Amino acid sequence: MPQPFRLNVNGAEHTVTAEGDTPLLYVLRNDLGLNAPKFGCGLGQCGACTALLNGAAIRTCLFPVSGVGNASVVTLEGLGTIEKPHALQRAFIAEQAAQCGYCINGMIMTAKAFLDHNPHPTAAAIRQALAENLCRCGTHVRIVRAVQRAANGT
Amino acid sequence: MCGSFVRCSALRTGPDVNPHSGTLPSPRDYSRREFCQAAVGVVVFFSMNPGPFLGHVAPGQLPLDLETNKRLDSWLRINPDGTVEVFTGKVEYGQGAITALAQIAADELDVNFERIRMRPADTSHSPDESYTAGSASIEVGGGALRYAAADARATLLEMAAAKMRAPTGSLTVDDGVITTSAAAGRVTYWELASKGLLARDVRSGIPLKPNSSRHIVGTSVPRLDIPAKVTGGEAYVQDMRLPGMLFGRVVRPPSYGAQLTAFDDVSAKAMPGVVTVVRNGRFLGVVARREEQAIAARAALQRAAVWTMPTELPDEASIAAFFRNSADAQVTTVSSRSPSVTAPMAVRTLRATYSKPYLAHASIGPSCAIAAVEDGVLTIWSHTQGAYPLRTDIAVVMGLPLGKVRIVHAQGSGCYGHNGADDVALDAALLSRAAGGAPVKVQWMRDDEFAWEPFGGAMSIDVQASVAADGSITDWQYDVWSNSFNMRPGQRGGVNLLAAWHLAQPFQHSPPREIPLPSGGADRNAVPYYDFPSQRITEHFLPTMPVRVSAHRSLGAFGNVFAVESFMDELAHSAGADPVEFRLRHLTDDRAKAVIRSVADRAKWRSGAKGDGARGRGIAFLRYESTKTYVAVIADIVVDRESNAIRVERITAAADSGLIITPDGISNQLEGAIIQGASWALKERVRFDRQRVTSRDWNSYPILTFSELPEIDIVLLNRPDLPPLGAGEAALPPVPAAIANAFFHATGRRLRDLPFDRDRVKAALA
Ligand code: FES
Ligand code: FES
Repeated sequence: MPQPFRLNVNGAEHTVTAEGDTPLLYVLRNDLGLNAPKFGCGLGQCGACTALLNGAAIRTCLFPVSGVGNASVVTLEGLGTIEKPHALQRAFIAEQAAQCGYCINGMIMTAKAFLDHNPHPTAAAIRQALAENLCRCGTHVRIVRAVQRAANGT
Repeated sequence: MCGSFVRCSALRTGPDVNPHSGTLPSPRDYSRREFCQAAVGVVVFFSMNPGPFLGHVAPGQLPLDLETNKRLDSWLRINPDGTVEVFTGKVEYGQGAITALAQIAADELDVNFERIRMRPADTSHSPDESYTAGSASIEVGGGALRYAAADARATLLEMAAAKMRAPTGSLTVDDGVITTSAAAGRVTYWELASKGLLARDVRSGIPLKPNSSRHIVGTSVPRLDIPAKVTGGEAYVQDMRLPGMLFGRVVRPPSYGAQLTAFDDVSAKAMPGVVTVVRNGRFLGVVARREEQAIAARAALQRAAVWTMPTELPDEASIAAFFRNSADAQVTTVSSRSPSVTAPMAVRTLRATYSKPYLAHASIGPSCAIAAVEDGVLTIWSHTQGAYPLRTDIAVVMGLPLGKVRIVHAQGSGCYGHNGADDVALDAALLSRAAGGAPVKVQWMRDDEFAWEPFGGAMSIDVQASVAADGSITDWQYDVWSNSFNMRPGQRGGVNLLAAWHLAQPFQHSPPREIPLPSGGADRNAVPYYDFPSQRITEHFLPTMPVRVSAHRSLGAFGNVFAVESFMDELAHSAGADPVEFRLRHLTDDRAKAVIRSVADRAKWRSGAKGDGARGRGIAFLRYESTKTYVAVIADIVVDRESNAIRVERITAAADSGLIITPDGISNQLEGAIIQGASWALKERVRFDRQRVTSRDWNSYPILTFSELPEIDIVLLNRPDLPPLGAGEAALPPVPAAIANAFFHATGRRLRDLPFDRDRVKAALA
């Protein structure tokens, strides 16, 4: 049976009504109108759907809405906006680190969770952190450079 | 700020450059100050005699796409609010085409780049430019747009001249402000703009601005689409939401020829949120109020459908034999040259056989479309590469006149050719119709995309060459077997949309036709760019397609350049020649030699350097489609003899694509193509058994990951006075041969079958 869930997303409280096993991805996209988390595989294999749950990167395509509880959810929209981009978003623009860009939500959100614990990583550590995120366009070198740029605060 | 990956260098040579790579002296500071100007490794400028290109045509003629779309206001409109709307039939899929076209329009009009508003392709009013493919957006679409902009500018200047009572020759324009040296006063484009201003056919004989007065073309303008893409803006069709929109999913058969023997949809229909279940022949689908409900109903329907699967596919392991035994092969000699009497005597003949498997586009985002009936018009938002050709096929299947179908382009995930984009558009149309014309968004699930997208065709290749005593090639014989690389919608004699083949009254696909050279399909780049005294290139075009195939980035060039460039390496080795010198020896085109020399210099190629059993380096070259971009790449690899894995440490590339519109954009495309090429070469292969495609997710179709990423170093050879040539595909084909040649350099063994996975490496080393 569908039931109401109170969610804290990007700092605001929302109430949504859905089956408890609904993947968080569809709630974020369709109930809250957020664009950034993307459906890529629904299998936990690509990372396109990544958001933060209490600061940790999760794959929202597999994470049930009932599992959120009181935790805070942050999506790419919660980091910054076109007018006031977050350092990572600024760095991705500066490095022109996108081709189609479909994977980029996952790249930035995974990098955000990673940088929060590793503020000064090497390029090798960044590649390691992103190893489970897939990009088909071959934007990898720019993505690594963008994360480094954000970490360096340049 | 140069990162460790693409190595940067501020080295530049030639005229008119400042030490920032990517910037010609530019009239203004683009809004994104932080934009990285150093992404491009090196840009080397060449200046040659100016030639006519990019919109230049013979007297009395118009650029290609203008001939078929003459109305000037179907290309651009000047608005009183100070903006310029540009309509193009070309579409963005992450390659930066839209930004480059905006640069061309702004430059020719003499307005600031920020004033340009690019409008997506829409069959209700955009010029029909057919497909956006073959790296031709700039050459063809840009040429037409530049000419249209020149005509618009000329019109505005004529009006200004009359108004200011000054000769046109005395006028100058800066950002749409027209002044005259003959008098005081000024008038702007925006004041002159009126409705209907450009509502006429384009004129012939319009002069274009001289190349030297370009300010924006040639600079690395930040891409227009990136800010929204990194901040969660509405950037993709997946992000569109229409009022009252429902969600659809399709339930595909388990295999190409599977027949439905039982289908009980009663329980699925009773599931929460389900609006309707569709069955038409073996096309099955569901529409629901919520997306997860549609997905759950799809799963239920998959369980409820009973199918029989015929044994219909060839043995994956012996696809080459299957091709060669094909009874209906169309055999064509695509190039032949007979020896001249002075050709040197052959002393030795070598042969080899190469293969390429089926490859998937494997877009990260599965294909998606929204369909709705608005005022009696079926409107579909689609990430198709060809809105007009798609409209043609959709109209046939839906039984509607063309005027009652409208296709609007909205971006999707990168496609790299013909993926599921067009198919899902028809799925959405069928499901919307079943839901009474309500807006229905359909996205394929991961396995829909893998199992049903049209793949890049498998290829089998024989090559044989004779050499003279000095090692020079005297004769080259080449045979390639493959299927069509062009089963896109909109072709004569059939409908090329998946669901159409599954309906109770099914449509047939169009008869496969080969694309003529020099572009070519299966034979793209089958004719080597080298000068051999004697050669014969034969294509065995196979109309029977056991596995669904169509356009895949670089078409047959990937397999052909793998074979040609691997074999050139074999011949160089047998001649005891250096692979770089050996290639140069067989080339006469200076631009070809220049890219090879540039990459060799950049990578510090040393003639005679020995591989050590683990490390090696190899080179490969192509001129894409024999008429487009030149690329040479050098791969540095390490072979891990424990795990039988090849690690590509670095790929150095040099490219000459004529005039560079956006240095950073070209670099982005080349990097992407090189990484994708390495992924195809090392890992990729569509798996199937005798009944069905078994590659259905990222585990059964692995691609290159960050852990396997090579360093990439690119040298761009800019030719500001030569036509811009598409570059989006050109760097892919040389990558596998460069890796295979590096493997030989390291180990003395040849890899002649793609991909170079651990089994193949192990077998080669055994
Ligand atoms: S969509 Fe969630 S991991 Fe792929
Ligand atoms: S930029 Fe297209 S998938 Fe990464």
